[in-house]
Amino acid sequence: MGLELLVASAIGILTAAGTYLTLRLRTFPVILGISLLTYAVNVFLFASGRLTVGAPPILSDAAAYTDPLPQALVLTAIVISFGMTAVVVMIALGAYLGSNDDSVDDPAAASDTRGEETT
Amino acid sequence: MMHWIIAPIVLPAILAPFIVLAARHHFGIQRVFSVAGVLAQIAIALGLVWQTSDGSVILYQLGDWAAPFGIVVVGDRLSTMMVLLTAVLALFVLLYAIGSRWDERGWHFHALFQFQLMGILGAFLTGDLFNLFVFFEVLLIASYGLMIHSGGDVRLRAGVQYVLFNLIGSTLFLFALGAIYAQTGTLNMADLAQRVTLIDPADTVGIRLAAVLLLLVFAIKAAVVPLHFWLPSSYAEAPAPVAALFAIMTKVGAYAIIRVYTMIFPPELEVTADLHTTWLMPAALASLAIGMIGVLAARKLDRLVAFSVIGSMGMVMVAISMFTPEGTSAALYYIVHSTLAAGALFLIADLVRAGRANLELVAMPAVSGAALTSALFFVAAIAMAGLPPLSGFTGKLMILDAEFDTPQATWIWAVVLCSSLISVVGFARAGSVLFWKAKSVTPPDGSQPMPAPAALSYVAIGGLIALLIAHTVFAGPAYRYMANTSAQLFAPQPYIGTVLETPGKLSTPTKEEH
Repeated sequence: MGLELLVASAIGILTAAGTYLTLRLRTFPVILGISLLTYAVNVFLFASGRLTVGAPPILSDAAAYTDPLPQALVLTAIVISFGMTAVVVMIALGAYLGSNDDSVDDPAAASDTRGEETT
Repeated sequence: MMHWIIAPIVLPAILAPFIVLAARHHFGIQRVFSVAGVLAQIAIALGLVWQTSDGSVILYQLGDWAAPFGIVVVGDRLSTMMVLLTAVLALFVLLYAIGSRWDERGWHFHALFQFQLMGILGAFLTGDLFNLFVFFEVLLIASYGLMIHSGGDVRLRAGVQYVLFNLIGSTLFLFALGAIYAQTGTLNMADLAQRVTLIDPADTVGIRLAAVLLLLVFAIKAAVVPLHFWLPSSYAEAPAPVAALFAIMTKVGAYAIIRVYTMIFPPELEVTADLHTTWLMPAALASLAIGMIGVLAARKLDRLVAFSVIGSMGMVMVAISMFTPEGTSAALYYIVHSTLAAGALFLIADLVRAGRANLELVAMPAVSGAALTSALFFVAAIAMAGLPPLSGFTGKLMILDAEFDTPQATWIWAVVLCSSLISVVGFARAGSVLFWKAKSVTPPDGSQPMPAPAALSYVAIGGLIALLIAHTVFAGPAYRYMANTSAQLFAPQPYIGTVLETPGKLSTPTKEEH
């Protein structure tokens, strides 16, 4: 029971913090928030095969075993989210260095479809 | 076992690295291989469509592992049709990119294009939910590169929004997958279809949560209001050929909704019975209304086209959210129409952009080649707005007809007809400002006329328009094919049987994995 509580509250806190940061207006907190969300979802995926302590993740003669599939899913998810975060950091840096502004929303001129910006 | 069904995924996966590694500095070679690859895709897709047209289901077990333990690639009428549609759209988009020289304005256009195709085609063909996630990521990461192709501050900024929104979507997708796995112990779609019915009716919180989360994820992809905010900026700022290719991406979301909510969570399943009518239908009507109002309100041509994509996705979702065979057939017909029309409109917007300072809808001197460009815009706008005689009209007619006997018919008819009127006004205004009023503006003294767009650009757009016309002329056979497709969707037993009962390694029926 203690383990379930620990894992569940960890997922909850990570998700709450991630959601809060994602709703910020600048790219750096938003990227941090999305990273926290991906950590939360990784732990969540890991727990989706039920929590088992001290059992091998493979079918064996032993009576107890851990479901190995979520571990494979988590590995895939970790690699993908790592790659995606790297990409978004690069694009966000490019956008920041280009326009000297790192807010996520459209600037006043562009969100207004009058379109003051030069394309 | 038939190996052709995996070819649409393997072919671009080989071509793209080849283009990066061997042909990096030679645009000519890149173009030849890219076009040859897409032509081969069309040939393969035609073969697959022909093979599944009798209602058979093609199964490919990767590594010969039997489902649900191994990953499977499955082709039925719906997936092969979407593969063919993607390949055909890709050919014309590629021709335009070459004709307009968009592919030379940055690095690795052709390689990213092939990776994008790999992701889209994989998403259409996979029979496994986690694999669907992986292919979504493949198509997204390629689309991030294509979206910011040739750079520019405004485009990078739109790219950041696009990437962030989709990252959140991917995270939600993973939460949904985790919840589904925790409830059922499988992620194979056919296996899920069987196991969801076995869930204890007293304990359905988890699976209902997962069904709603999945719907949210696919609705983000399909740009259903209120999850559409990523679309206008990113489609408007993306390079024109990329935006035209993205016309198929919203359809990936629609495809996933059709697939998952006819097979895994069918309308007669008690657990998720009210999901479609309570949530999807109002959201679809709102998308339709907001998209078409956006068409009228837009002050730049590229945003106008982007909003028309949202509106037409709303139309597709209205038809899908009925979850009746008639509604789904009409939706499939409209999906083909809307993909071709949106692709053509994005390319036409680029023809206009090439001759003007910007795409704002104010009168400016006429663009070079205006006569032909305006004629193409006229035809594509008629199709998109749903006026007779083109396929937008026949598609709308099918949708209205399919909804005729439903309790929500009044609402649906009212929204569809009013939004059509609004979009007609929006497109008419844009066309008259861009092409008609341009005649009365004299170009400033000493300004050189821009060179006319390349003939190949016109060939690409003309090809899309010709397909739209063919889709109208052959509406009868096309609709019969869609009706057969949706009949197969609403009787998924042969699909499930093929996937689960084909022997492979570990083919002995196992008890429980847990």
